[in-house]
Amino acid sequence: MNVLERDAGAEAVRVKGWLGANRWLILRRGTQLGLLLLFLAGPWFGIWIVKGNLASSLTLDTLPLTDPLLLLQELFAGQWPTTTAFIGAGIVLAFYLLVGGRVYCSWVCPVNLVSDTAEWLRRRLGLRGGAKFPRATRYWLLGAVLLLALTTGTLAWEWINPVSMVFRGLVFGMGLAWAMVAAIFLFELLVSRRGWCSHLCPVGAFYSVLGRGALLRVGAARREACDDCLDCFVVCPEQQVIRPALKGADQGIGPVILSGNCTNCGRCIDVCARDVFSFTTRFNNHQPVVGHDDKKSEVLP
Amino acid sequence: MSIPPPGGVVGAIGTVSGNDNNPGNAARRKFLAEVLRTAGGVGLMAMGVGLFARQSSALPATAIRPPGALTEGDFLGACIRCGLCVRDCPYDTLRLAQPGEAVPPGTPYFVAREVACEMCEDIPCVAACPSGALQQSLKKIDDARMGLAVVIDQENCIAFQGLRCEVCFNICPVRGKAITLEYEHNKRSGKHARFIPVVHSDACTGCGKCEKACILEEAAIKVLPVHLAKGELGHHYRLGWKEKQRAGKALVSPDLPHQYNLPKDLDYDLQGEGLMRREGDHEVPYSGNPLDTLNRRGKL
Repeated sequence: MNVLERDAGAEAVRVKGWLGANRWLILRRGTQLGLLLLFLAGPWFGIWIVKGNLASSLTLDTLPLTDPLLLLQELFAGQWPTTTAFIGAGIVLAFYLLVGGRVYCSWVCPVNLVSDTAEWLRRRLGLRGGAKFPRATRYWLLGAVLLLALTTGTLAWEWINPVSMVFRGLVFGMGLAWAMVAAIFLFELLVSRRGWCSHLCPVGAFYSVLGRGALLRVGAARREACDDCLDCFVVCPEQQVIRPALKGADQGIGPVILSGNCTNCGRCIDVCARDVFSFTTRFNNHQPVVGHDDKKSEVLP
Repeated sequence: MSIPPPGGVVGAIGTVSGNDNNPGNAARRKFLAEVLRTAGGVGLMAMGVGLFARQSSALPATAIRPPGALTEGDFLGACIRCGLCVRDCPYDTLRLAQPGEAVPPGTPYFVAREVACEMCEDIPCVAACPSGALQQSLKKIDDARMGLAVVIDQENCIAFQGLRCEVCFNICPVRGKAITLEYEHNKRSGKHARFIPVVHSDACTGCGKCEKACILEEAAIKVLPVHLAKGELGHHYRLGWKEKQRAGKALVSPDLPHQYNLPKDLDYDLQGEGLMRREGDHEVPYSGNPLDTLNRRGKL
């Protein structure tokens, strides 16, 4: 086990090399920035591949995509969108049901960069403690967002929603959205570890709900190889999701992380020197027969 | 260090029983307290967001929504702030409000004095809107009612000074219908006409080209939201002449023929013709030559 949290992943780098220990992180950053570039290619270089922003977009003048949570808010506000918007939201829902709900958070959302930076700095500086919110707060906030739309008849949440505001800002002009970026950064750095992304954000909560049925999952297929170094816990933005899959063999819990909160960021796969984790599907959740313990051979849903 | 197995935490809660003898009750109480705390916090935050959204919902009078926009209240419930209308605006008229501006963030608008709407025939901004905030039912751009132009400063509009300008009249895309020029007597010079621009709400789309083109330092004609620009007649008002036209007859006591004290053989038509000679009588009461009148003696 590493003595310092800041050293998480050091062993993986030694064993697998820097590239091997950062593979998914690099892919993830590439996806985040690549998506942003796709949206910016139009206004910057006149190459119109994607128009709009994450709220709703049109790719190559044919593929409509719409944020299902925004659509839901609009319906709660008593308005009726076009068929195109429904199709776009359907495609997005289907996509995230396939690749994991909170893939939105870790592979798409620009606020993730802010959160990851704050967390990285927190570890470097050895900052600990801070305010703690129940992780369920986000679901309450998700309910509040919909309730607000219902009671005000407007998309009230969109006045301050940092997720849509930051991405829209990057594509259409930031204005004071930088203040929101700074606020989240400072909040997660100084006030509460992963306070926004893993505890409060209702957009993440929406994708968490979606993620409960998602196909692609991270699994601890080689969990018997775990040496309790805790590196995966240190880097995981949703630490609570790891334990059941990694340490649940005795309770007859399968090795796949089924929690909707898991963002499929793949960072645990990166930092594990023993390659305990890998991407798999939710149906791959049977326990390999190891040793003599009968319980371990149970097939679980 | 080893990781506690799942379920260990629940077990720990069960042991914290406090004064209560029943550990189940204590757990329930703790759970309830946490739920209430979260609900309270979230409720407070939601109230803050709701108040803020409501406070900053007012659209500045100079910000004009794209064609086909729902009424502002509905628009703020429908627009998902995607910016597709902005992207498909070929003249870069539309823009998305940024946080910190007075317009609700992420919603599209334009300021007529900066860039006016060019009134594209195919209305690409409406076609691009997925949310229904811009109504797809708008098929003819002339039917758009983005706002209403108002000649708002008659003190500085040079047409009111008796000068020829007519820029707003000439630039208007619905030329001759949305803005007409009404001729009036120029009382200052006593001998000229004033060409007064008059906006007609049944044709003005609110595109803002008149405001953009106004030659003054600060435009004398401005596009305002329709609800600011228009008055509304009391609903109990009935305009007699319209009711008469509709009914085909006077609804109150019949009009009496008006009595004029006119010279012999002259008549007066109230609604246009003015002073008329009576049919079949060509004798003129006064000579056409003014000198005759001047030279007339003792007759007046």
